[in-house]
Amino acid sequence: MFEIVSTEELGPRIKRFEIKAPLVARKIKPGQFIMLRIDDNGERIPLTMVDHDAEAGTVTIIFEEVGKTTIQLGKLKTGDELLDFIGPLGAYHDMTGGEHGRVIGVGGGIGNAPLLPKVSEFHEQGLEVTGIIGARSKEILILEDEIKAACDTLHICTDDGSHGHHGFVSDVLKQLLDESTDYDFVLAIGPPIMMKVCRDLVKPYGVPCYVSLNTIMVDGTGMCGSCRVSVGDEVKFACVDGPEMRGEEIDFEEMMARQRRYVDEEQCALERYLKEVGE
Amino acid sequence: MTEEERKRRKREGLQLLEKISMPEQEPEVRARNFKEVPHGYTAEMAVEEAWRCIQCKNSPCVQGCPVEIDIPAFIRAIQEENFQESVDVIKRTNALPAVCGRVCPQEEQCEKLCVRGKKGMPVAIGRLERFAADWEAEQGEAKVPETAPPNGHKVAVIGCGPGGMTCAGDLALLGYEVHVYEAFHASGGVLRYGIPEFRLPKDIVDRETHYLEQLGVHFHYNMVIGNVWTLEEMREEEGFEAFYIGTGAGLPWFMKIEGENLNGVYSANEFLTRANLMRAYDPDNYDTPTWVGENTAVVGGGNVAMDSARTALRLGAENVYIVYRRSWEQMPARDEEMEHAREEGVDFRLLQNPIAILGDEKGWVKGVKCIKMELGEPDASGRRRPVPIEGSEFVLDIDCFIVAIGNGPNPLLPDATPELKVNKWGNITADEIGRTSIPGVFAGGDIVTGAATVIEAMGAGKIAARGIHDYLDGDMSETDWPAFE
Ligand SMILES: Cc1cc2nc3c(=O)[nH]c(=O)nc-3n(C[C@H](O)[C@H](O)[C@H](O)COP(=O)(O)OP(=O)(O)OC[C@H]3O[C@@H](n4cnc5c(N)ncnc54)[C@H](O)[C@@H]3O)c2cc1C
Ligand SMILES: Cc1cc2nc3c(=O)[nH]c(=O)nc-3n(C[C@H](O)[C@H](O)[C@H](O)COP(=O)(O)OP(=O)(O)OC[C@H]3O[C@@H](n4cnc5c(N)ncnc54)[C@H](O)[C@@H]3O)c2cc1C
Ligand code: SF4
Ligand code: SF4
Ligand code: FES
Repeated sequence: MFEIVSTEELGPRIKRFEIKAPLVARKIKPGQFIMLRIDDNGERIPLTMVDHDAEAGTVTIIFEEVGKTTIQLGKLKTGDELLDFIGPLGAYHDMTGGEHGRVIGVGGGIGNAPLLPKVSEFHEQGLEVTGIIGARSKEILILEDEIKAACDTLHICTDDGSHGHHGFVSDVLKQLLDESTDYDFVLAIGPPIMMKVCRDLVKPYGVPCYVSLNTIMVDGTGMCGSCRVSVGDEVKFACVDGPEMRGEEIDFEEMMARQRRYVDEEQCALERYLKEVGE
Repeated sequence: MTEEERKRRKREGLQLLEKISMPEQEPEVRARNFKEVPHGYTAEMAVEEAWRCIQCKNSPCVQGCPVEIDIPAFIRAIQEENFQESVDVIKRTNALPAVCGRVCPQEEQCEKLCVRGKKGMPVAIGRLERFAADWEAEQGEAKVPETAPPNGHKVAVIGCGPGGMTCAGDLALLGYEVHVYEAFHASGGVLRYGIPEFRLPKDIVDRETHYLEQLGVHFHYNMVIGNVWTLEEMREEEGFEAFYIGTGAGLPWFMKIEGENLNGVYSANEFLTRANLMRAYDPDNYDTPTWVGENTAVVGGGNVAMDSARTALRLGAENVYIVYRRSWEQMPARDEEMEHAREEGVDFRLLQNPIAILGDEKGWVKGVKCIKMELGEPDASGRRRPVPIEGSEFVLDIDCFIVAIGNGPNPLLPDATPELKVNKWGNITADEIGRTSIPGVFAGGDIVTGAATVIEAMGAGKIAARGIHDYLDGDMSETDWPAFE
């Protein structure tokens, strides 16, 4: 069993949990993820590591309550336990290759959570980091201070203009690239549509673009192929080849269609659950 | 039993050319539930079947069993109604008789060589083995044998499939401190996530796991070895002196045809894992979703294909097709599974091969384009090679497609262990006693041989346990370790 040692609400339906999982905490690196199962009837869901403390033996995750499992997770309190907590999963990519350069990190919505450990790492490695983070509105923009601390420059966007630039992260990204293409790479993490837009936008500038794929997963160890995506002529498994990947050749249309495989079943599970807990 | 009675029984047994049939659920009923299909022999039936065995002196059947169970001896005990003795004989060489009796491809192994099969059917060795194991389970907790006193050595078993479990049990009996590390949250490997409940009830896997726990084996779940620990770290930090790698063939192959990433296309691994390990067949109680079409096609001809097809039926598919490029006789699945599938209404489309999956505008499967095949010259495996008949393409209307054409070795652990040699397909290289390119590290089962059988994986686990014993507590020294090119 894996104890929840702290919980915090970062915004409406967005929570940060710190979980006691010493073996995972010792090994996990930025960009890798874990899978958890709340109880024996539950499903295994993937969440990205946001922070870890090898000494304290804890791993921090941030999640948005979007369906049955994440809503149930959000009801747990400090001191409660998770049945399974598996990790580290996924490949660790050292994107900088030891070079010191300039990079852009783009985060959208809940994607700002996985972006944080990446930009922090870049910052520690001595890169010049430009951050662009966005959300629908100010109240759900998470981790602004933390990401700011890791960036040399930070741009903020909200769809409704309630904070920072009024518009999408891609608008700012375009502006920056128009000014200069002297970047080693762009890393974009967020909803698939945002990653696709960023990838398409970056391509003509000739700057490499990385993304982090959140496909539907079952085992997270390369055993089932649920997470497969087409990358050029190849099929890759996001859970072992990724989740971070070069974005240029990813077939995002296919990936987005695949994300909708279980909408009806997920809806049923949610309704059943809400009835059970009387909501 | 009187001598007279024995004589009568023997005579009657000789006259019976067919196996005593095993009662089972009616096809129409069982095709919609997940309960086990055959009910198993009653004691009476078992004794009657046992008397069909003529107790051959040279017992050819034993040569067909990869773990060399003393088949005439255990059957003899059933003849005499000494069921406990029968179990004891089996368990001397096979730790998982309730499993093997159900899933061994007997017709290719022990029963293939049975002399009674020359005229009529062979003795139902598998069913008798199953009977003995189930009889023991009914008596309550299994007897836990005395283990040797602790010898101070620590061994890690990676992967909790039948091979790893066998190796762990044997080492525990010899006095080793054994720790099993499993990536999933439960034991059994394919026995848990692959083979469905209606063929192998999961309480059997639980019972065997419990038995190993009582022998003192430590189980650690949720441990993806390679990621959470490297072998080197386990050696240095945890003090493990030897390893058994039994991580199985868990990398699904796809056909590499158009449309394979459409919604409604599954690997058999995904489909079965959702249904079995995650229990998606019971959506009222479990959260993991699964989906099955009205018309589902499964491509492949092995046990995995049969399991997928029969699971699809039970999940509510109206029509389930098995599309296979060779003919019935050449299907590698167990005979019993093929028969069961056919009785349940699975529609076999033989000598056909999918060449493209067709999708609708929303990205869901709506059909599969197939081509008809005919059998040509024998290939390297001796089976006649299927060749496409030009111009015979046609479309089968389906909304779900399951790829069950086989699995390769999962590369996760080898990738994390560069000194561990693998062959060009990614299988770990090991010698006949399971030694790999790293001293102290043994491997066996599907990760070494490629997808094979439960009993072969168990045989490999057993041999490796002996090897590890030799290495840590016997004559084998580090300098004996073979060099691998
Ligand atoms: C490698 C990886 C890392 C992830 N990291 C995070 C993270 O750090 N924080 C976070 O909040 N979420 C993350 N996700 C997404 C998270 O796993 C899903 O939100 C979660 O599985 C939803 O489960 P549920 O039962 O609550 O909702 P469901 O009822 O399963 O789904 C509700 C809605 O979410 C969509 N959905 C379902 N599965 C996924 C998925 N895997 N990815 C995206 N959308 C999905 C569905 O289409 C549906 O519309 C990650 C996903 C992956 C694959
Ligand atoms: C659907 C299906 C039906 C089958 N039916 C039959 C049948 O009827 N009869 C028969 O004889 N055979 C059958 N087989 C084949 C048989 O199940 C296998 O040959 C056998 O299970 C192999 O055993 P194993 O011990 O090598 O590994 P597996 O059973 O594959 O177990 C390997 C275990 O290792 C774990 N693992 C993998 N990587 C790691 C890691 N890095 N760290 C920790 N753990 C890890 C896996 O999660 C898994 O639990 C079937 C196979 C399938 C898929
Ligand atoms: S273990 Fe398998 S091969 Fe051996 S006797 Fe039993 S059924 Fe036959
Ligand atoms: S070959 Fe057949 S008849 Fe002979 S001992 Fe074996 S099981 Fe009995
Ligand atoms: S989630 Fe199963 S292979 Fe990636």
